[in-house]
Amino acid sequence: MDILITGLLLGGTYALIAMGLNLQYGMARIMNLANGEMLVAGGFAAFWLYNAGQVSPLLTVFLVAPLAFALNWLIYRVMLLPLVRRAKSRGQLEVDSILATFGLSFVAVGLMLMAFGGDYFSYSYLARPVSFLGDTYALNRMVAFLAAVVICGALYLWLERSRAGMSIRAIAVAPESARLVGIDVPRLAAIAFALGGAVTAAGGALISSFLTLDASTGVVFTLKALIIVIMGGVGDVRGTIVAALLLGVMETFVAALIDPGLTLAAAYLLFILILLFRPQGLFGQRTT
Amino acid sequence: MRRRTLAKGMLAAAALGLSLASAQAAEPLKIGAVGPKTGPLAGGAAVTFWPNVKLWAHDVNARGGINVGGEMRPVEIIEYDDQTNPGETIKAVQRLATQDGADFILAPYGTGFNIAAAPLFDRFGYPMVTHTAITDQTEELAAKFPDMFFTLGGAQGLVGSVVDILNELRDAGRIGNKVAMVNVADAFGIEMAEVARPLLKEAGYELVYDSSYPLGTQDLSPIVKGAKAAGPDAFLAWSYPPDTFGLTEQAMIEDLPVKVYYTAVGTAFPAFGAKFGKAAEGVLGAGGVHADGERFKEYAARHEAVTGAKPDYWASAMVYSSFQILEQAIEAVGSTDRAAVAKYIHENEFDTVIGKIRFDENNSNPAYWTVGQWQGGVFKGVRSTGREGAVPVRLKEGWK
Amino acid sequence: MTGQELRALILSTLALAAAAALPALGSSYWLTMGVTIAMYTVLATSWALFSGPTHYISLATAAFFGVGTYTTAIGIELLPYWTLLPIAAALGAVMAALVGFATLRLSGVYFVIFTLGLAEFVRQIITWVQNLTGQKGLYVLTDLTEKHIYWQLLGLAALVYLAGWLIARSRLGFALRIIGDDEEVARHVGIDTALAKIVLFMVPGAVAAVAGAMLAPRYIYIEPSLAFTPMLSFQVVIMALLGGTGRLWGAVVGVIPFTLLWEAISASFPNQTTLLLGVAFLVIVYLLPRGFVGLLEDARRRLGGGGW
Repeated sequence: MDILITGLLLGGTYALIAMGLNLQYGMARIMNLANGEMLVAGGFAAFWLYNAGQVSPLLTVFLVAPLAFALNWLIYRVMLLPLVRRAKSRGQLEVDSILATFGLSFVAVGLMLMAFGGDYFSYSYLARPVSFLGDTYALNRMVAFLAAVVICGALYLWLERSRAGMSIRAIAVAPESARLVGIDVPRLAAIAFALGGAVTAAGGALISSFLTLDASTGVVFTLKALIIVIMGGVGDVRGTIVAALLLGVMETFVAALIDPGLTLAAAYLLFILILLFRPQGLFGQRTT
Repeated sequence: MRRRTLAKGMLAAAALGLSLASAQAAEPLKIGAVGPKTGPLAGGAAVTFWPNVKLWAHDVNARGGINVGGEMRPVEIIEYDDQTNPGETIKAVQRLATQDGADFILAPYGTGFNIAAAPLFDRFGYPMVTHTAITDQTEELAAKFPDMFFTLGGAQGLVGSVVDILNELRDAGRIGNKVAMVNVADAFGIEMAEVARPLLKEAGYELVYDSSYPLGTQDLSPIVKGAKAAGPDAFLAWSYPPDTFGLTEQAMIEDLPVKVYYTAVGTAFPAFGAKFGKAAEGVLGAGGVHADGERFKEYAARHEAVTGAKPDYWASAMVYSSFQILEQAIEAVGSTDRAAVAKYIHENEFDTVIGKIRFDENNSNPAYWTVGQWQGGVFKGVRSTGREGAVPVRLKEGWK
Repeated sequence: MTGQELRALILSTLALAAAAALPALGSSYWLTMGVTIAMYTVLATSWALFSGPTHYISLATAAFFGVGTYTTAIGIELLPYWTLLPIAAALGAVMAALVGFATLRLSGVYFVIFTLGLAEFVRQIITWVQNLTGQKGLYVLTDLTEKHIYWQLLGLAALVYLAGWLIARSRLGFALRIIGDDEEVARHVGIDTALAKIVLFMVPGAVAAVAGAMLAPRYIYIEPSLAFTPMLSFQVVIMALLGGTGRLWGAVVGVIPFTLLWEAISASFPNQTTLLLGVAFLVIVYLLPRGFVGLLEDARRRLGGGGW
């Protein structure tokens, strides 16, 4: 039970890390390797505001998300749309976006180094124990988990119920047909991309309350997010949530019962197995 | 008209020559500095290495420079980012030696990077006073690279002192003999744990929990919970900075009821005290300094004034000291003859911010700080292999 | 052998001989650059051999490279150095075959992510084994100098070019060209596309492992985080694409300018290295979408159109 809850809490963290990338890659079709840097930037904003004025990271989220939305919208319009227009096939776009966002991640790390220096940043926020079903857990992780539930739930409902959400799902599945039925594909893709950036930055602000970050750590989160997104199925919100929780529970399970030294190896093994037996991901549709 | 111009030109040339001559009188010493500004080790280097490079250059130049045979020569630092990639370290040292014509090169940051750069230092004859290399292989390395010096100590010393502290407390009847030990599965953590196991066993401790976790583990709570469930008297973690922070936060949340709590690298960072505040009290960690000594206090004040950040309570002062050793050796030799400077380092004693340093036959500094403890908001050295100023160890009294 | 092929052969032999004479210049700085260029030439060319015709982006270079590095690091105590290189090649090839067998049925992007995860997976396993056996970072103390490593890499480069040339002339090369144009067609004319791809993927696997084995004596101190750095995989991809993957000589056209650019940036802007590398990257992606080969061919065509 204890393992399960700890695992779910970790899974919540993973969902925060991966959800933004799922929007960007699944909906806007941009494999964004600079995603982790957006997360670190969000974390840094939370750190800075907390140290400067004791602003709670929970409030920072509301400041960071719109900023990140605007920034990512700009990135998409200025940098990525030309690539989308130029690409002859999906494969071509994938290659181009990998390269472009890889360069972008360098630029982002460089800018953050100039702005904040290379030091670790870490602060204590809600690092208090809470009792739940007879065991103790960290309050900040609980809070992040609840925030993950809210964010993922809202996204899911929005994508399922709203008109804009449905259109975005339509461009994820079949951009060509979406265009035919009168959906403004570039505009919606930009919105999906920007939204992904906003979710990632908000996630960064939340997880910075319990993880130690520095300007160069973004790539670690990008990798984790990629794995979760692929595991869950590209473009599927439910899949990402399930994959994140599954990964969290499994890592905790391995750490608690087998050997903590194998947690990451087990995570990659699970990932590789899923790819082999269900290459479209847990919930993905076969594209071919 | 034309002649006038010519004459004027000659005059200008003469003036230029003069000013060149006077500039030559104070031609700067070119000092190379290679370390990570990006990549996994950048966070540690930003605390420990780069600020000291800046501070040392500032201090030397404020004094007018290094006295090289009666001539005061300022230092000019040429910095390169090795991106936490040994291939880049090699390229940068190569570039410093052959393109930039560096007079001396400061040792790089981190064990692996020092060893990767050692053949180049050796080939070009640069004395290499390492400051952040932890190794027990000093004998082999010193045999292969005769002018490579080691200051920060090795795993034997760092671990030995921890066991020594446990012995002292157990013999006084203040703790039992159950120990929980974890390590980060990376070269440093593995080596430390490997040294610790037989030492603990020999001293009769019961290892009730012994486990490792991969570098970059994001949730350390299963480990702390596992350790807690084993009911240890002492908790030892051979950890790196991000997990040092993560483990301690979990220990605080779990209210880990141990009398001895030790985390390795990163515990000595000022950010550790700032983050955990009162909960940090009584936490033991790798390193330490004579924090109450005038020397260190004065150094720390300058560090903060010049770089805007506090030094850490371990390697920072050692990094600065390693630069001082180089500086003092150059002054004593009175030239930039690198072989002579290296010879001087072998044979003499140096007076640095951490105290006196003299290298033994394996090019090692035998007297280094090994364990420190947060006491009253300061990380004070509690054990060393022969440094003055250690304070008595206290028990960890809760996390509130 | 046609006259054109003969000419190409003579030219490449001359180029190789010129490159081999680099240590005679006596500049250890340029020798270091030479090692870097030779290393990336080997890695990027062999990468392009596979990815050029198949359009699969492999990020597994670091995994193979790291395995090779560890082959030397572990084996140097037990076996003579020269026997380690073929062992590394065999390990790399077997690993590539396994990976290829498992994943080359997947469509492009899954292959990308899988290969990326692979390097991490292998690294985690090695770390765990090290922890279990109590080994720490390994020391590779040899008498090999930069010069020897450079010549070894050049030799490997020659082999890679030879292999590329042979493959292009073989049935395999013919099959691959059809696969590259249209995999469906290839299947219909009876080509075992999966087998062809697996065989081809073993080339970069073996080559990267050997390169890793050759470079281990240069790094001396080997630990997983250094041997399996994911950066390497990306650098190789960038350099190969910058050159252009359609031609055997494409990669080297990318490697040389990129290495020099990287060097110039690292040397001139130590505090903004990462930022400027990122900018350089973006410039390449946006302004040179088809790599230098594309640029050269455009130029040639334009000149041709101009009434030559």
